[in-house]
Amino acid sequence: MTLVDIKAGTKFIIAKIENKKVRLQALRFGISEGAEIECAGLIPGGPVILKKNLQEIAIGRRTAEKIIVKEKGMVQ
Amino acid sequence: MSHCGQVEIDVELQTKQKIVLAGNPNVGKSIFFNYLTGIYVSVSNYPGTTLDISSGKMDEAAVFDTPGVYGVGSLNDEERVARDFIMSADLIINVVDASHLERDLFLTQQLIDLDKKMIIALNMMDEVAKNKIEIDLDLLEEELGVPVIPTTAAERTGLAAVKSSLNKAAKGKKTFAFNSKLAAELIKVDDFCQNTADAVMILEEDENIRCQYKTAAAKFKDLREEIYTARRQRVDQIVDSVLTYQTNSSQIARQVGYYLLKPLTAIPALIILLYFIYQFIGVFVAQTVVNFTEGYLFSGIYEPFMQQLIVNTIGLNNFIGELLAGEFGILTMAVTYIFGLLLPLVAAFYFLLSLLEDSGYLPRIAVLTDRLLQKIGLNGRAIIPMLLGFGCVTMATITTRLLGTKRERIISIFLLGLAIPCSAQLGVIAGLIAQLEPFYIIVYLMTIFVVYVLAGTFLNKVLPGESSDLIIDLPPMRVPELKNVFSKTYQQTIAFIKEAGPIFVLGAALITILKKSGLLDFITKLAAPVTVNLLGLPAQTATAFVMGVIRRDFGAAGLTAITLSPAQVTVSLITLTLFVPCIAAMMIMVKERNLKEAIYIWFGSWLIAFIAGGIVNFLIF
Repeated sequence: MTLVDIKAGTKFIIAKIENKKVRLQALRFGISEGAEIECAGLIPGGPVILKKNLQEIAIGRRTAEKIIVKEKGMVQ
Repeated sequence: MSHCGQVEIDVELQTKQKIVLAGNPNVGKSIFFNYLTGIYVSVSNYPGTTLDISSGKMDEAAVFDTPGVYGVGSLNDEERVARDFIMSADLIINVVDASHLERDLFLTQQLIDLDKKMIIALNMMDEVAKNKIEIDLDLLEEELGVPVIPTTAAERTGLAAVKSSLNKAAKGKKTFAFNSKLAAELIKVDDFCQNTADAVMILEEDENIRCQYKTAAAKFKDLREEIYTARRQRVDQIVDSVLTYQTNSSQIARQVGYYLLKPLTAIPALIILLYFIYQFIGVFVAQTVVNFTEGYLFSGIYEPFMQQLIVNTIGLNNFIGELLAGEFGILTMAVTYIFGLLLPLVAAFYFLLSLLEDSGYLPRIAVLTDRLLQKIGLNGRAIIPMLLGFGCVTMATITTRLLGTKRERIISIFLLGLAIPCSAQLGVIAGLIAQLEPFYIIVYLMTIFVVYVLAGTFLNKVLPGESSDLIIDLPPMRVPELKNVFSKTYQQTIAFIKEAGPIFVLGAALITILKKSGLLDFITKLAAPVTVNLLGLPAQTATAFVMGVIRRDFGAAGLTAITLSPAQVTVSLITLTLFVPCIAAMMIMVKERNLKEAIYIWFGSWLIAFIAGGIVNFLIF
C-alpha cells in the first residue's frame, strides 16, 4: 500500500521512502521511515497532505505513490 | 563571488563579533533583528539572488538576519546564503517555533553539530498555550546543552531576556556524541579542516564546502543520509521527552487551513479571492487611484508645469527641449508613467502579495494548483514565480531558482516571458479592459489562457526528462502583521522604481530620437502589413509596440494615448500581453539561462503574439 491509497483522517506508519532526495527532505520535516503520520487530506489526482502533530506538509502525487505505508487505524 | 559559490560578507561589517539570526521560515526572526539592532539597519541584496540580507549593529557586534531555512546546505539559494552567514558566525541566535518543535529542532541540532556558540529563542509560546501543548523548558535546555529562552515576539515578550542572555551562549550536545561511528568519521575529516563546521559540512556532502577543500575532500565518505537519520532520531527523542500533548485541541486557524485545502470549499474561496484582487487592483487602483494620480496630479498639474518651465528656459522647439518635455519627454511622459501610472499599481500589487505571503496562503495555492501545473511540466511550487510574475516578470524570473529542475525553469521562464503580464502592464490592461463589455474581457482572458496552456503543453512534450514532484511545508494560517506587510511593500516598490526608472528614461529618450530621425515613421510604415492588415489596428499602434520592446508596460501605457474601438483594444492588448519580455527581463533571462534560450524566447514571443492577435482579429471581430 502507498500513500495515495490512504484515506483522509487515517493514521499510518511510513514503511519505506524510495527516492533519496525525498527521503532527505522528509527527514528535515520530521517524516522518516518508521514514523507515525496522519493523512490530513487529499486533493483528487493531486498532492497528499500529511500531518505529524502540528506539522503539515504536502507531497506530490508521483512521490506519494513511491512512499510505502502500513495502516494503523482511524483517528478518534 | 569566489568560484566555490561562497560570498564574501560585507567588509564594513567585519566587526569584533558576528551575531547571526537563524531559523525556519516564518518564525519571527525579523522581530528579534529589529529589536536588537534598532533603527540603523541596512538591507542589501545578496549577490546572484533575490534575497535581501538585513544587517545592523548592536554595540560592538554586527547582527545579520538570514533567510528562513529548514536545514543548512546547498538545496536552494536560501540555504546557501544562510549557510554562508552561519558558517562565519561567532554567535547564533536560533529562533525556534515552539509549536513546530519536531520540524525546527532539526535545524537547531544541525547548528549545534556545526560547533557554534548559540542560544535559542523559543518563540510563539502563545501558540503553544493555545494548542494545549506543554514543553519542559528545563529538560529541553539540558538535552540540547544551550540556553533556551521562551518568547512571544509578536507580543514583545522575552525579547529583552534574549538580549541579556547572549553572554550565556554555549556549544550544545552534538549528534556525534550519541553515535560513535559518525564521531570516528568526523575526527578523520576534522584534521584536514580549518574548523569543525567545515568538517561536518564536508561529511554532509555540501558541494560548495567540498569545493573549497578541492581534491582533499573527494576521499571523504558521503554520510549525509546517515547524519540526517541520526540527527532526526536524536531530535525525535528530545521532542518525545519534552513535549506533552493534550489532544483534541480545536483551533480556528487549523480549521481555516483545512477548508482552504478541501477542494469543495477551497476552489470557491480561491475564485472569490481572485475577484477581490481584481476589484482592488483592476477597478479601484487602476481606475480611481490612477485617474487621480496620472490624470489629475501628473497630466493635469505636473506636466503643464514642467513644459512651461522648459518653454521658459531652453524652449520646446529644439532637440533637447523635446527630449526633456516633448510628446515622449523624459521629464514629462516618463515621469508620469512611472509615478502617476505604475507606482500606485505596483505598490498595490506588492501589498496584496505580502498579505498572501504572510497569511500562509501561498503554499496552499501551490497544493491546489499542483495537479494543473503538472500537465504543463511544472509542479505546484511554480505557482509562486507565476504569481510573482504578475508583480514583475524580471524578479519572478530570478525566483524560478526555487524550482527543482532545469527543465521546470526553462518552461516557467518561457511562460513568464510570454503570457504573464506584470503588475505595471496589468494595471494598464485592467484600466483599458474594464471599460469594455464582458464579451471582450472573456475573449482576452481566454486567448491568454489558451496560449499559456498550449505553450506549456508543447514545451512539456518537447523537452526531454520529467519535472520534479511537489514537497512543501504548510505553515498555519495566521493574520498577517500589517507593519511587516507595509515594510515589505515599501521595499519592493522602491526596488521596482529603481529598476524600471532608468529604463523608462532611456526608453523615452530612444523613442524621441527615433521620432526625430524619422525612423519611427519608417517602422510604422514597415509594420503596417502586420498592424493594419493582420491585426486590424491603426498604423500608429506600431509606436506602442516599439515602446513595448523596451518595456511591455511602457507599450501598454502607450496604447492609452491612441483612440481604439473595443475590438481593437482587445486585439492590441492580446498582442501586447504576449509580446516580447521587457529589456530588464531579457537581461535576466540571458543571465539565468543563456543567450540562445533568451533569443528563442524573444523571437518566439514576436511570432506567438502576432499570430494569436491575428487569429483573434479574423475569427472573432
